[in-house]
Amino acid sequence: MTNSVLTVAIGAAAAVALGATAASAATLDDVKAKGFVQCGVSQGLPGFSNPDADGNWSGMDVDLCRGIAAAIFDDPEAVKFTPLSAKERFTALQSGEVDLLSRNTTWTMSRDTQLGLNFAGVNYYDGQGFMIRTDMNVNSALELSGASICTNTGTTTELNVADYFRANDMDYELVAFEKADEVVAAYDSGRCDVYTTDQSGIYAQRLKLTDPGAHKVLPEVISKEPLGPVVRQGDDEWFNLVKWTHFAMVNAEELGVTSQNVDEMMESDNPSIRRLLGVEGEFGTDIGVENDWAYKIIKHVGNYGEVFARNVGPDTPLNIARGINALWTDGGLQYAPPIR
Amino acid sequence: MAVTDTASGRSASGGGDAPPKVALLNNPRVRSWLFQGVLAVIVAYLAYSGWMNMNANLQAAGVASGFGFLDENAGFSVAQSLIAYDQGSSSYGRVYVVGVLNTLVVAFFGIVLATVIGFIVGIARLSNNWIVSRLATGYVEFMRNLPLLLQIFIWYFGVLRLLPQPRDSIDFGALGLLNNRGYFAPKPVWGDGAAITFYALVAGLAIAYVIGRWAHRRQMKTGQPFPSFLVGLAVVVGLPLLAFLATGSPLSWDMPELGAFRPSGGMTVIPEFIALLVALSTYTAAFIAEIVRAGILGVSKGQSEAAHSLGLRQGQNLRLVVIPQALRIIIPPLTSQYLNLTKNSSLAVAIAYPELTSVFAGTALNQTGQAVEIISITMLTYLTFSLLTSAFMNWYNARVALVER
Repeated sequence: MTNSVLTVAIGAAAAVALGATAASAATLDDVKAKGFVQCGVSQGLPGFSNPDADGNWSGMDVDLCRGIAAAIFDDPEAVKFTPLSAKERFTALQSGEVDLLSRNTTWTMSRDTQLGLNFAGVNYYDGQGFMIRTDMNVNSALELSGASICTNTGTTTELNVADYFRANDMDYELVAFEKADEVVAAYDSGRCDVYTTDQSGIYAQRLKLTDPGAHKVLPEVISKEPLGPVVRQGDDEWFNLVKWTHFAMVNAEELGVTSQNVDEMMESDNPSIRRLLGVEGEFGTDIGVENDWAYKIIKHVGNYGEVFARNVGPDTPLNIARGINALWTDGGLQYAPPIR
Repeated sequence: MAVTDTASGRSASGGGDAPPKVALLNNPRVRSWLFQGVLAVIVAYLAYSGWMNMNANLQAAGVASGFGFLDENAGFSVAQSLIAYDQGSSSYGRVYVVGVLNTLVVAFFGIVLATVIGFIVGIARLSNNWIVSRLATGYVEFMRNLPLLLQIFIWYFGVLRLLPQPRDSIDFGALGLLNNRGYFAPKPVWGDGAAITFYALVAGLAIAYVIGRWAHRRQMKTGQPFPSFLVGLAVVVGLPLLAFLATGSPLSWDMPELGAFRPSGGMTVIPEFIALLVALSTYTAAFIAEIVRAGILGVSKGQSEAAHSLGLRQGQNLRLVVIPQALRIIIPPLTSQYLNLTKNSSLAVAIAYPELTSVFAGTALNQTGQAVEIISITMLTYLTFSLLTSAFMNWYNARVALVER
């Protein structure tokens, strides 16, 4: 009897000792060893990360993960996706369950400094907005005093709404759900007057309503929501790779390199293009991949403009204009440091 | 070795026949203490190394730790709060208290409702009336065989879709308004002298208790029954009512009023609370009904026959003979159901009822990122609720248990 108890105790000790290994710092080596990138995405946000009926993921955040996989493996399909709720996302990344988070996550100072995480850039500049039924005859967010507002728990939206209503001395009732689908269902069933989240999310979720035409988005944008990929702190090699995957896509758009013309561009005389595509220089080696890393990203996934147009642009159901997400050369905010 | 051998020899000499001399390691008492000691050391070491490992990993990952966040400003709003909560200045510690109270309030009302429904259905299952007993059986089988989360969704989204928008509220007149934002009840506003009514209520309860004790003692002594329940009720209701009228009815009502959005004023019961309460209590009631039925069937038929032959009516038989004995069987499993109901209240996350798991282990966790601290606090809280409920039920069980002479 006592012996069997001892055996169990020793077994448990062994299990704890094995489980005690901290998440390895060298994410890139781990990724190469297992042969795919484990990417944390949303539970379904059209245009950013959304699975189709066959389970194939698409969207801007998904394409960033595919770009990283293309840079490492020359294969945009070498990605496995983990759908995460807003609440689970940081813990999943901290614990090493995913290699990166590409999940329309707002870059804030506390998230950057207190969670042991690093934001590796901004792949979508967003801002929080409000959606309301057209027949409520409300034309401004300042007319919303007393309204019931549906949103997701564990998001910056909850805090922004609190700040906005407090600053304007208005009263409201917040109804916060864990899953985006339940927020939409509750709003659709009339539990709330207003649905609030990032504007891109509003346009995406509006498609899920029974009558999308009966709802409108109010003009006010009440916050800055820079959305971008997140990695664990303390692994600079992986941080660099994720950061420069995004920059490569932005630089490619700026230089006019697309997935269509990238093969011809290999012959280009423009030194910037030659460095981007790895014809000159050893830039790939410095971030732990081959020198034609950016060629692979552009070939398989496309440049930033292509990714935007394909997932959220005017030809998609979301119909979002480039706006502040245009290149800096077009008056937008998307700007990548040069590759040299 | 030699010293211990002589020591054991000496102590044994007092007891008469000396036990056979054994090596220390083979002494059963020493052996059991030794192994238990080793086990305790291993368990302590595991706990210690797990703790150190967690700290080292958190430090290595650069994650903030400690409980300082409890004093930080939370800055988000909570839909239902029993205490003053201001989104601008209240701390995460306050969010915790709000969450705990919201859990307790739904658990308390859930337990009361589930017990009432459960007893009615359980007794109805044993009814001689064919329709009543079949209806009760149908209820039990239907409710306990559907997942609870599904039932919560059905109540929440089903009920919500049926209720009208605020501008088309169902108006109960003096009883308030009902719409898909919840039930808006009139709020009592007590005026001057209202405290006297309250004192009268306390006095009424005390008097009713004394009457009850006296009536019981008299019946034990003389066999004369006294309608102590009716008299007690009259005192409890009548005394405060007299005081209320004598002080000039110091009560007015704050009625909810329709506005552009949700009605303003009055007291609000949010639909999330209603849906969760109904789902939890009807679901748990199905299990309680079976426990009650089992308890009643566990009392031998001879008890009822004896009661009837003594001239007790069916109601008296149930109240005085069967149920007191059935309770001894019912209470232990009933405790488990109460614990289940309390823990199941955490499913409220799915429908945005702001209880502990939702606002503290959900929103607060995400805003601070301090998963280890918050999950530990939440687990300890549920553990405390459960242990307190168990302690109370064990005390009650000991009270109704058969006292053997």
